[in-house]
Amino acid sequence: MAVVVTSTFVKPRLMAEAPLRATQDPRWVRWLLTGTALVFLAFFLLLPLVAVFGEALRRGLGAYFAAVGDADALASVKLTLIAALISVPANVVFGVAAAWCIAKYSFRGKSLLITLIDLPFAVSPVISGLIYVLVFGAQGWLGPWLIEHDVKIIFAVPGIVLATTFVTFPFVARELIPLMQAQGSEEEYAAITLGANGWQAFWRVTLPNIKWGLLYGVILCNARAMGEFGAVSVVSGHIRGETNTMPLHVEILYNEYNFVGAFAVASLLALLALVTLVLKSIVEWRHAQAHAA
Amino acid sequence: MNPRAYCTKFWANTASRYSQCARLIFTQVKKLFSFSFALLAFFFSTFSSAKTIELLNVSYDPTREFYADLNPAFAAHWKAKTGDTLIVKQSHGGSGKQARGVIDGLQADVVTLALAADIDALHEHAQLIPRDWQKRLPYNASPYTSTIVFLVRKGNPKAIKDWGDLVKPGVLVITPNPKTSGGARWNYLAAWAYARRHKGSEADAQKFVGSLYKNVPVLDSGARGSTTTFAQRGIGDVLLAWENEAHLARKEFHAEGYEIIVPSLSILAEPPVCVVDKNVKKKATQAVAQAYLEYLFSNEAQHIAVRHFFRPSSPAIALKYAQHFPQLELVSIDAEFGGWTQAQKTHFADGGVFDQIYAR
Repeated sequence: MAVVVTSTFVKPRLMAEAPLRATQDPRWVRWLLTGTALVFLAFFLLLPLVAVFGEALRRGLGAYFAAVGDADALASVKLTLIAALISVPANVVFGVAAAWCIAKYSFRGKSLLITLIDLPFAVSPVISGLIYVLVFGAQGWLGPWLIEHDVKIIFAVPGIVLATTFVTFPFVARELIPLMQAQGSEEEYAAITLGANGWQAFWRVTLPNIKWGLLYGVILCNARAMGEFGAVSVVSGHIRGETNTMPLHVEILYNEYNFVGAFAVASLLALLALVTLVLKSIVEWRHAQAHAA
Repeated sequence: MNPRAYCTKFWANTASRYSQCARLIFTQVKKLFSFSFALLAFFFSTFSSAKTIELLNVSYDPTREFYADLNPAFAAHWKAKTGDTLIVKQSHGGSGKQARGVIDGLQADVVTLALAADIDALHEHAQLIPRDWQKRLPYNASPYTSTIVFLVRKGNPKAIKDWGDLVKPGVLVITPNPKTSGGARWNYLAAWAYARRHKGSEADAQKFVGSLYKNVPVLDSGARGSTTTFAQRGIGDVLLAWENEAHLARKEFHAEGYEIIVPSLSILAEPPVCVVDKNVKKKATQAVAQAYLEYLFSNEAQHIAVRHFFRPSSPAIALKYAQHFPQLELVSIDAEFGGWTQAQKTHFADGGVFDQIYAR
């Protein structure tokens, strides 16, 4: 039975005529797959993006710039940039250090460290926000001491930076660990054999090897830092013009029936994401050029 | 080329490449640092510069537009009186959630919440205010009152006239979560009061409210979330809403032609205000915070309240605008439910009547 089926479906004559390809799938399968992917992209990525800009510009450019130039909107942009500017470098330093010691050394408690790095991925962002409320809140462990010394952590900028750093914590390390493990330690050994000290080996051998992975991690980390909602929402206190990041401000404007304003700020977020992508492409292109020259 | 010379050249090349690269990185890093320093300086300057006073008003959802109007009026009043520049910052959200924030350390100078129980919590859980806070201002510390009405779709297709129509099968009711929203608790208690008046016993009232919540497809965390669900996302046949919120939604979405239905009976909602003693003492803003709340009871502020569809507490102004607000029977929380502390414990505490109804 099986033999009969095979003989009806596989036509050796056709296979011999067709030029050699990586896949033997018929044309319509390839078209279908490509088409599905494109339609999916259009519906789930392109359409919402167009909708954001469409809604933002519905009442014209004047209304758009009025919404973007609003003092509270600008304050939220500033706060988002501050949170990203502090948390991304912090996570780069931490991520490189953690990946370095996990990939190049073996020590007791290594798997525990890896698990801990994954923790922010595993818990819901709202829970991570609540952790900070429980630790730094007025009713929390450190709350009374902080109040006594007039230190503001939650419902203020430090809390927002902390929450952002926490949720973006694994991106750089997670990107680098597999890369560094795959590369192994031979090149560093060679460098050290040739007389380099540890710092030189890191700076001249390890870092150039991982820089593309690092850059990718930074881009992911930055995108999440600017877009984070849940954790930041819990520790923010939602004070207008003071502790609202861009995603929080979008929600507030939406709730105030200010749809043009909400989508205008959302479009700024989308633009920041696009700028990040363009920067990445430029860096890659320049890298390729440098190699070609 | 002999190996030795090759090696020397290789190293020289490499070294120059790296030094070039390092220089490039160095200038970039320098730029980045100076940029972030400039940004930080800009950021801190906004904190420390002018000698202006800041107040933080932590409020509930439907007062956004009211305080956006009132704050500049009070700032002008305060400037004329003392010469100081005042900035009132606002934070809005579900009333219960906002109270929780203040208990957890949100540095509110004043709270203007949806109901007394949420302000009571500031005393119970954190000793931020004295127990008798509600006696410190006139009219139970409520500058305006409001009530709960229905908002229905154009032409009232489900013919909703009174509370009794909400439990009919196939009617989708939108109301927020009583655990987090103050407005939702007023909605719940108004339905309860109606049921007790028309059905008789407490058990019947519980059954009535239970079947009402069976018709609720989604519980938002705040009143504004429910309004958006009903008006913007188009879910549900009837929205139980603050009177002012219903008017605002009608104005914002005038194209959709939503209609306000006033039931035969509703509840007298008194959203109170309070200075957070412990916070103003620390921030030395007692005088201005107190003046701010007193201003809410002034004639100017009462007029602003009317503009935002709140019922003014001042009898003279209420009389003047009587035709703006439909007359209906309003039951009070004190007479009908023995006050907020009692109502909160019976109905909304963990394991209370609402939990029993909603778990079923």
